[in-house]
Amino acid sequence: MIEFRGVTKQFPDGTIAVHDVDIVIPPRKTTVLVGSSGSGKTTLLRMINRMVDPTGGQVLIDGTDVATVDPVKLRRGIGYVMQNSGLLPHRKVIDNVATVPLLRGESRRAAHAHALELLDTVGLDRSLADRYPAQLSGGQQQRVGVARGLAVDPNILLMDEPFGAVDPIVRAELQQELLRLQGELGKTVVFVTHDIDEAFLLGDQVVIMQQGGLISQAASPAEILAHPADSFVADFVGADRGKRALHVTEVDGRRVVVDADGRAAGVLAS
Amino acid sequence: MNLFLDAFAWLADPANWTGPGSIPQRIAEHLWVSALVLVIASAIALPLGALVGHTGRGREPAVMVSGGLRALPTLGVLTLFGIWIGIGLAAPVIALVILAIPPLLAGAYAGFESVDRRTIDAARAMGMRELQVVGKVELPLGMPIVVGGIRSATLQIIATATLAAYIADEGLGRFIFAGLKTRDYGEMLGGSILVILLALVIDGCFALTQRVVVPAGVRATRTAELRSGPTRSRTIVGRPNTEGNQE
Amino acid sequence: MNWLWSNLDLVGELMLVHLALSVPAIILSFVVSVPIGWLAHRYRWSRGVLLSICGLLYAIPSLALFIALPAFTGLSLRSPVNLVIALTLYGVAVIVRTSADAFDSVERDIRQSATAVGYSAAGRFWGVELPLAGPVLLSGLRVVIVSTVSLATVGAVIGVPSLGSLFTDGFQRGIQIEIITGIVATIVLALGLDALSVLLGRLLMPWTRRASSNGRVLTARRVREETA
Repeated sequence: MIEFRGVTKQFPDGTIAVHDVDIVIPPRKTTVLVGSSGSGKTTLLRMINRMVDPTGGQVLIDGTDVATVDPVKLRRGIGYVMQNSGLLPHRKVIDNVATVPLLRGESRRAAHAHALELLDTVGLDRSLADRYPAQLSGGQQQRVGVARGLAVDPNILLMDEPFGAVDPIVRAELQQELLRLQGELGKTVVFVTHDIDEAFLLGDQVVIMQQGGLISQAASPAEILAHPADSFVADFVGADRGKRALHVTEVDGRRVVVDADGRAAGVLAS
Repeated sequence: MNLFLDAFAWLADPANWTGPGSIPQRIAEHLWVSALVLVIASAIALPLGALVGHTGRGREPAVMVSGGLRALPTLGVLTLFGIWIGIGLAAPVIALVILAIPPLLAGAYAGFESVDRRTIDAARAMGMRELQVVGKVELPLGMPIVVGGIRSATLQIIATATLAAYIADEGLGRFIFAGLKTRDYGEMLGGSILVILLALVIDGCFALTQRVVVPAGVRATRTAELRSGPTRSRTIVGRPNTEGNQE
Repeated sequence: MNWLWSNLDLVGELMLVHLALSVPAIILSFVVSVPIGWLAHRYRWSRGVLLSICGLLYAIPSLALFIALPAFTGLSLRSPVNLVIALTLYGVAVIVRTSADAFDSVERDIRQSATAVGYSAAGRFWGVELPLAGPVLLSGLRVVIVSTVSLATVGAVIGVPSLGSLFTDGFQRGIQIEIITGIVATIVLALGLDALSVLLGRLLMPWTRRASSNGRVLTARRVREETA
């Protein structure tokens, strides 16, 4: 469990990125932080592995204040996946995946064997192991990034807009992969995105943030849609524009769900 | 063309190849002084440049120092140290070190700075210590540019070491100044040819080294970029610091 | 200090002589290197060859070039023309890469839209490519100015008078202030010409006046904070 207690971050130039945030991130679930740029979502994420230190309040992992843990040790125990994959361009795929285990002092052979298994886990062919990152497609690089994040079998996986830079088709594919993986592995995933559809698709809990690092609402997608906390949330999720309003019409005796524009979204079961 | 004949005659004269002040001895001196200066200047400038490139702090002063020192006329610095310190190797070595610092400093900070900030960020997020970020990420990725700086510094040292023969009994420049004094164009030109060959051979060695130190994955990036057009706003040129105050 | 006051005339005269050596070399190397840089930019195959030749030229120690050049040109070793040619060669070696980069820096979209609106090849060069390559060309020119002014002093050891004569004379006679005067005068001359070129650039390229302040590279720390 990750807990933010009254966390504030003010940068030296005076801008407040995160303002007095309290959230509990439940274990083995996916929590999505969503908001437009400048809402402090990435800052919040990066406080968990101490890439950013708060100027006020505490961040606790399983009851331990992260400020008391050596940042390097902390980071080596937490998976991190970022937008551009962040792979080291001068190392082969296999060495990229094995980076953290090697940093932790595992033997090269064991780390490589494990890295190959991880390529299977994220759905990459083992023949890609000897390629360099630049020789992979964007989607493949992102999968390698996920494999690297999982390399030390962390309890916590931080994902900072990991699918932001790939095309929509590949993104949809990667989202499904992540759902499958999460079903198998059950990690505590903290996921940052600016795409509300992605948030609703992936999140067990969705945290909606607004400018200045304020939390507007933290709840399950269904609850947010049912009871948006305020007009900002309603606007952000598109409920007020009727974008999410679905209604049922009968077509040849079957009940079809249709969205606001009259496009068929699905058929009601039963 | 008979000027070249004079030079070849001088080069071919066996008397010039043995004894004190012979061609082999002067070449050895030239190389020894150059190597000594390169080591001292590198020990000062490379760590400093790496620190500036790594932290991003002190960039403005570093740019000013490396730019400002380039405007210094080398002959002026040499003669000034010559009359301050007197005859011997100390004066030219100190002057040469000062003149070699700008390209080394510029190469080191430009090399470290050229590394994609997002790659460094990722390395840190994985839990690399600062020294590991420097050694495992920044150094290998910035190496081609750092070596480029060492290359232009070395060329400059070799050139200035030639000129340093004006104030000290050292190196291949001795032949040029001896020839100037006795109006022996063959000796002057012969000495010049030797210096030019020495510089070109060493430059060739560096060109080769620079190719070797490009990490394989980065080479893959370059070919991928050629195929798909530029993806980065900032192009990294192999030899960015060759300009300025040569000789 | 006495030396300086009684020799102000000499210093002034040598500054003029120095200008007469370096300014023609600077202008010549700029004029020669722009078309070469354009060739290297326009024809990929020529780029490697042209840049390698410049690299080799650049690797040649100046004193050796000053002495070897008369063997090709037939000029006297002490002829100022010999020195100007050598300085021009160095200037070209330094600036060709920058000038190729300068033409590379003109965006393809702009070039294509110029063609699309009906520029001829020559018109496009003079009206679009050259002015847009201007800022990078200017940065190359500034490097050449500083290096040429400094390099011209070396001519003094082979008997071509310049501010470098203050170094050789001061060294022979052990007059420290003479050498220091020479160094300062050389730097002042270089900075003066540099400022002049910047001014000229502003006059000729009024659209760059604003861009210079935000064209700076982000420092590592700022990028880190921005991504945070």
